[in-house]
Order: sequence, then structure tokens, then C-alpha cells
Amino acid sequence: MLQWEGLIMNYNVEVKTSLKKGMLNPEASTIEKALSLLNFEVNNTKTINIIQFTLNADSKDEALSQVDEMCQKLLCNPVIHDYEINICEE
Amino acid sequence: MTDVSDVNVGIIRFPGTNCDRDIEYAVNLVGANPNYIYWNETDLSKMDVVIIPGGFSYGDYLRAGSIAGITPIISAIKEFAKENNPVLGICNGAQILGEIDLVPGVFIENENAKFICKSKKLEVKTNRTPFTKLYKKGDIIDLPIAHKEGRYYTDNLEELYDDDQIVLTFNDGNPNGSLDAITGVCNKEGNVVAVMPHPERAVEDLLRSKDGLKFFESFLD
Repeated sequence: MLQWEGLIMNYNVEVKTSLKKGMLNPEASTIEKALSLLNFEVNNTKTINIIQFTLNADSKDEALSQVDEMCQKLLCNPVIHDYEINICEE
Repeated sequence: MTDVSDVNVGIIRFPGTNCDRDIEYAVNLVGANPNYIYWNETDLSKMDVVIIPGGFSYGDYLRAGSIAGITPIISAIKEFAKENNPVLGICNGAQILGEIDLVPGVFIENENAKFICKSKKLEVKTNRTPFTKLYKKGDIIDLPIAHKEGRYYTDNLEELYDDDQIVLTFNDGNPNGSLDAITGVCNKEGNVVAVMPHPERAVEDLLRSKDGLKFFESFLD
């Protein structure tokens, strides 16, 4: 018999971390300058780190709450980073 | 008074730490007793001082110092610091202290995105810490820097001034773009100190400068 209650789902998770708005991003400015050496003139260059993994959880909310805790404790430094979490069922 | 050879200095080793033996050399030079303590240990009860050396703990993955910041020894270091014992983080050690919030702010990628390795003139801004006690406020000292993530940043600069938490500033220019040229800070109590320059690399004339020696003599005073 299928038991729907307590069913564990597998979620695909993607965490994007970036420097807070207005913070100097030396990597991005170096890339922008290098592109200019190749005669590509671009503006507002940003770099964003993406961390992907799968996670078992009871619900999407439960998965989100776990990933948020991961961001607070390790994946980001709240002094300098903003983060965005995307979760979908596998 | 305690004999200096009874003073136990814990030197923390993470995978990727590489300035540990330089610290051991400096600790021996002032006559104290160096002890290596590993990332997975949890006992600092026999230590009088803890020093977190420079290097590239965990390959600087994620952010410099972030993974070292969640290892078992960190809880012991937090406890040790809470009891007002002296803790010094140098370079990667300073980045770790910022990551675990024992000092305010963080050390992030240099303004020019380059690894900078050179001797710099620095100003000692406070001598109320156990590692700067023997300097005079305003002393100009010559220490080497060697880092790519050393740009000091905090969202609460005013508080650092109000609470006398700035330990070192660059005196001849600002090579990495740090806020107000700050390159060493301490906690409010003053017992936890984080510095990007390397005092252990300036402890005898052969090393071109011995201006860093007082960092090690100070905690014995």
C-alpha cells in the first residue's frame, strides 16, 4: 500500500551567491577590462557563483528551510553576499 | 611569575596551513613552548595562547577560511576566546577569525585581484591587545604581506573606531584597497587579534626586519 504521508521527495537545488550590490568586485572588473582588450565593450559585469546539489526532504518548504540554513552557516558570508535559492522536484 | 618556557602556545593546523613552522620558530625564539593542534581536536585546556597560522586551509574553497571555520577545533577556539585568553590569527588565520565572527568584518579579494607579496610599513593603532602590548601606539613597523584576499571590509566601521578595535593600518599606501587601510583588527575585549601581515616572518635581522618579534614577546609580558 502506498503511504503518501511522510513521503520523501528528491529536490534539485541551485544556490546562487553574489557580492552585495555596490560592493567592489575585482574579478568582474578584470573580466570587463580583458573583454575590452578583445574590443568587446561591455558594462555592469558581475560574477555569480552557482552551487548545485540534490536533497531529500519531506516537502519543498522543508528543503528551502534547510538550504537557507546552509547559506547562513556556510555557503555565504552575510556581511558581503546576497543569495538566491532555486528548488524543483527531480 | 611563570617561567616563559611554561607558556604553552597552541599552533592550529588545518589541511593547507603552511606558516605553522614559521610560527613555531618565532615561539621558540622568545622561549615559549609551541604545541601543534590539529583541526579535528577539541581540547585547548593546556594552552595559554592560540595562534592560527597563514596558508590556504581547504584550498581556499568557497571563501578563504570558510571551511576551516566549521571544523571541530573552532568550537574550542571560541570557548577559549570567550574566557578572555589570547588568540592571534595571521593571514589565513585572520580570514578564519573573520569568518567565525570572533573579529568584526571580513578579508576579501584584493582590489586589483592580484596576489600581493611585499614588505609594507604599518602603523600600530592600539597596544591594548596581548600581542601588541610592547609596541607604542603610533609605532611604524615593517612587516611582509602575502595574500590575495586581504581587503578588509566591514559594514560597521564607526564601531571599530569607537571601541578601539583597529590594530594595524597600512602606512605607505593601501595595496589591497582595505577600508581606511585597515589590515589588523581585534574583538571588543581586545584578546582576539586578526592581522593580514606576517609578524612571524620578521623576527630576526636575517629576515630583513625584526619588527614582528614584539607580537610574540608581548603575550609573555
